[in-house]
Amino acid sequence: MTVHPGVEPGSTFRLSDIWTNERSRSLVIQIAALVVLLATLGWIINNTVQNLENLGVETGYGFLGHPASYDINQRLIDYTSRSTHARAALVGFLNTVLVAVTGIIFATLLGFMVGILRLSNNWLVSRLMTAYIEFTRNVPVLLHILLWYGIVVHVLPHPRQAIEPVSGLFLSNRGFYLPRPIFEDFAWVIPASLIVTLVGLFLFARHARRVQERTGRIYPVLSISLAAIVAAPVIAYFASGSPVSLDWPALKGFNYQGGIALKPEFFALWFALSIYTAAFIAEIVRSGIVAVSHGQTEAAFSLGIKPGWTMRLVIIPQALRVIVPPLISQYLNLTKNSSLAIAVGYMDLTATIGRISLNQTGRALECMSILLTIYLLISLTISAFMNWYNRRIRLVER
Amino acid sequence: MERATHIVHEKAPTLPPPVMSVGIARWLKENLFSSASNIVLTFVVIYLLWLIIPPFLDWAIFDAVWVAASRAECWDTADGACWAVVVTRFDQFVYGDYPKSERWRANLAFVLLFVALAPVLYDRIPWRRHLVGFSICYPVVAYILLIGGLGLPEVETARFGGFLLTIVIGITGISASLPLGILLALGRQSDLFIIRVLCVAFIEFIRGVPLITLLFVASTLLNYFMPPGTSFNLLVRVLIMVTLFSAAYLAEVIRGGLQAMPAGQYEAAKSLGLPYWKTMRLVILPQALKISIPGIVNSFIALYKDTTLVIIIGLLDPLGIGKATLSDTTWQGLSTEVYIFVAIFFFLCCFGMSRYSAWLERRLHTGH
Amino acid sequence: MRKLILLIAAGALAAVTSVAGAATLDDVRAKGHVQCGINTGLPGFAFKDEAGDWQGFDVDYCKALAAAVFGDAGAVKYTNLTGATRFEALKAGEIDVLSRNTTWTYSRDNDLKLTFVGVNYYDGQGFIVNKALGVESAHDLEGASVCIQTGTTTELNLADFFRANGMSYEPVPIENNEEARQNYLAGRCDVYTTDRSGLAATRAALDNPDDHVVLPEIISKEPLGPLVRHGDDEWGDIARWTLNALILAEEYGIDSGNVNDLAQGTNNPEINRMLGTEGEFGAMLRLDQDWVVNVINAVGNYAEIFDRNIGPDTPIGLSRGVNASYLDGGILYAPPFR
Repeated sequence: MTVHPGVEPGSTFRLSDIWTNERSRSLVIQIAALVVLLATLGWIINNTVQNLENLGVETGYGFLGHPASYDINQRLIDYTSRSTHARAALVGFLNTVLVAVTGIIFATLLGFMVGILRLSNNWLVSRLMTAYIEFTRNVPVLLHILLWYGIVVHVLPHPRQAIEPVSGLFLSNRGFYLPRPIFEDFAWVIPASLIVTLVGLFLFARHARRVQERTGRIYPVLSISLAAIVAAPVIAYFASGSPVSLDWPALKGFNYQGGIALKPEFFALWFALSIYTAAFIAEIVRSGIVAVSHGQTEAAFSLGIKPGWTMRLVIIPQALRVIVPPLISQYLNLTKNSSLAIAVGYMDLTATIGRISLNQTGRALECMSILLTIYLLISLTISAFMNWYNRRIRLVER
Repeated sequence: MERATHIVHEKAPTLPPPVMSVGIARWLKENLFSSASNIVLTFVVIYLLWLIIPPFLDWAIFDAVWVAASRAECWDTADGACWAVVVTRFDQFVYGDYPKSERWRANLAFVLLFVALAPVLYDRIPWRRHLVGFSICYPVVAYILLIGGLGLPEVETARFGGFLLTIVIGITGISASLPLGILLALGRQSDLFIIRVLCVAFIEFIRGVPLITLLFVASTLLNYFMPPGTSFNLLVRVLIMVTLFSAAYLAEVIRGGLQAMPAGQYEAAKSLGLPYWKTMRLVILPQALKISIPGIVNSFIALYKDTTLVIIIGLLDPLGIGKATLSDTTWQGLSTEVYIFVAIFFFLCCFGMSRYSAWLERRLHTGH
Repeated sequence: MRKLILLIAAGALAAVTSVAGAATLDDVRAKGHVQCGINTGLPGFAFKDEAGDWQGFDVDYCKALAAAVFGDAGAVKYTNLTGATRFEALKAGEIDVLSRNTTWTYSRDNDLKLTFVGVNYYDGQGFIVNKALGVESAHDLEGASVCIQTGTTTELNLADFFRANGMSYEPVPIENNEEARQNYLAGRCDVYTTDRSGLAATRAALDNPDDHVVLPEIISKEPLGPLVRHGDDEWGDIARWTLNALILAEEYGIDSGNVNDLAQGTNNPEINRMLGTEGEFGAMLRLDQDWVVNVINAVGNYAEIFDRNIGPDTPIGLSRGVNASYLDGGILYAPPFR
């Protein structure tokens, strides 16, 4: 009888032990999962290669350097139809950023206002805010966008009959036109004065906090800051001899020329995304404030802290800890929802590289991969920031 | 004992409370006029409402036209909303292109949907056990009714449209994404490294890109990934993408619930000798799912609203029907009416879902 | 729950239909219909009639192809495609042929790897404006807002035209013809530009067509025609010769009225070859011997299709112009059936 080395007769090893032993089982499961995944990926890649071969289509990112040949109506940087597809994608990316950033600012302001008003002890106001929140967030955002676009295009008049509610502001179905400031020679003084003021205020605020920590004396930092921020540019403006003039929009030919134009496409997208997201932010703000135990307010009052200071020193710092993480995920949602721009023809990232470039060149795989990668990078950046912030504000427990 | 004469022996009559501390007056004072700033606020709001609501009601109801053959006729009759566009096209808004003679099948499927949902949504219903059996069979029943089979003539999915399409995508997406979301959440919490990494990568990828780019992938690239010659029904592609998308979000919600479970629950289950799946099924998931109900329903509402994005790849949901109606010269320019009508439909569905979740939350609230 | 997953998986599998083989003709025969990509709606070219059936100049080509393959013009199903989705649908095999006023260009032919089987309408890009604007020439359009369908050659021509003439404009990108007309009427744009056939169709559908004028400039060549995927020459030939047969039928005076009589045999050998009474021409394409008879019976010849859908007696009111047969001074010319 031959005895296999390592396996003594009567030893307890059986094949089923691989499954009953927890460690080996988990290894088996993981290897199986990996094999299945790799096999699926291989299968997909194989299919893709085969399909591309059958179609005889060339692949590669070389087309990004070729002229795009189409025009884009809304652009933040120079772009002509002779610019490359890569530049068209950049124009689209900046348009995405533009609508996302302005949308986030407006949604935050509106959302905080509505959220706080919803807690108002005025019945009428709080009910009104509840109605706004419920009606807005239970309707798809695409519907909001189309509704506002329809209102601008179909309800507002033609440029020749544009409404002028305030001198220099024109509302028409081609968009809203505002006077645009033109900066002349010494205009740099104004932003420069603002920057100097901000640095000064930052130092002042630090000093004030030290004084407060040491002596308990409180400087009116907020009101001084506000006054300085308003006053500095105004003083700089007159001191440098009024170097800013306004470029007034005027009807010339088919359209208003000059001034700043808010196109209906941009307006519909920006406004709809803002009011939609604001409804969610309002709920976050409300629950954040409610989450701070009422005992905190009472404790602050019993220490003799005034109501305004109680809000600033006790409630808000604690509420922010609850508010900020979901708030940032709403910012992320707003940014992703901005891809609905193509429903109204706003030229964002999806509309340029993901739609027109894709169509004119037929490079579906390449364009979609660029599109997905950029969105993924935006999302990962924002969530990395969120994780960093969460760590920073985490309660330090003893 | 004699009664003291210097004391009033009759009970004093019960005076009514001061006017300002009961009833409407008190309510008004406390809720609307409690302070100077509050009084100002109240009047400002009343003024604003007075500016907005009467003209809106005039437009939407009193001056509205309900029956007309075209927009021109509407605008000749009155200057309010032209609901005639919605009334005339109502059938299309509900069924899309679904053949007229077969619409009873869609209606029947819709009624049976409630029969199937009842035992899932409400646990005190009589004969619940039998009904659950029906709920499990419902997908097959609905498939046969809507698409055909067993002698019913086939209806192409390309003819689905309107609210019918929304409900088909919504319900299928919801019922398919919940189990998938649970699996992904468990995978993300798993001790098995590779499984965990795969689940995290999947969830983060899906959550990192907008749904419409995924729908683009479904409509333009999916055929590249399949063996040559395979062709996929467009509706099936959309269902797959919507399900995957929603599952990734659900997974994060459920993970929150799993993380909130005290370690003692796991340890207790382990000490009873329960294997992994039994631990999850009998101990952890029932509790974790219960505390994640608000989040889960929010995800469902989001999915339901996201069904509108399918118009971008060419399916005719109510919004798509609306756009098609507006491109008819007869009804040109009535976008506000059409979009408000579709908005009301979505509001009713989504608001209903959120009310249901609030009710469920109260009922399941077994804490103290 | 597990049962539910199984059911869903089974449903998904049932919906995946695997079509084997490379020969499109065999695939089409196996399916029992031709899957034809058409416009989402362009009056005269592809539109839904009151009964809910698709009609039009481009749609009739689809019917002709179905008649050639199956002898039955009803054996066709339609997929509605926008300018932006049409090529992916064809490349991905969702449709067998694309008949959607598509311009034949060098890069579409060679870079996108598509095969144009011929030209069924010689077109050029033009502009439509409201008369009230007082515009008489496209050179007066400095600063105008222009509605334009994205993903089309017209989008590129427009950019070239304004650039070449040193003019500025605001492009308003639109997904399809219907929405473009809607935005044009609402005044979102001053001008709508597309192929002149499309402009005529769009103008015909307006409430007051006389308030709108098509400007005289033609800024591009737009030879429109049906197309198929690269790589299946047999299917490409069937598509090509279906189109040629329609044009040849007009040249030889074959129409839906006389085709059955002529199919009994004539003194003209070319007609006899086309209608299958002489030679074995159907077999060369693996089609029935009398496939041309089926085509003409189903939709008529080119002239009939033109007149029925977009001709002078229809609301579209297009004249034949360069699209007349070469015998009548046009440039429509098909190779001989020999």
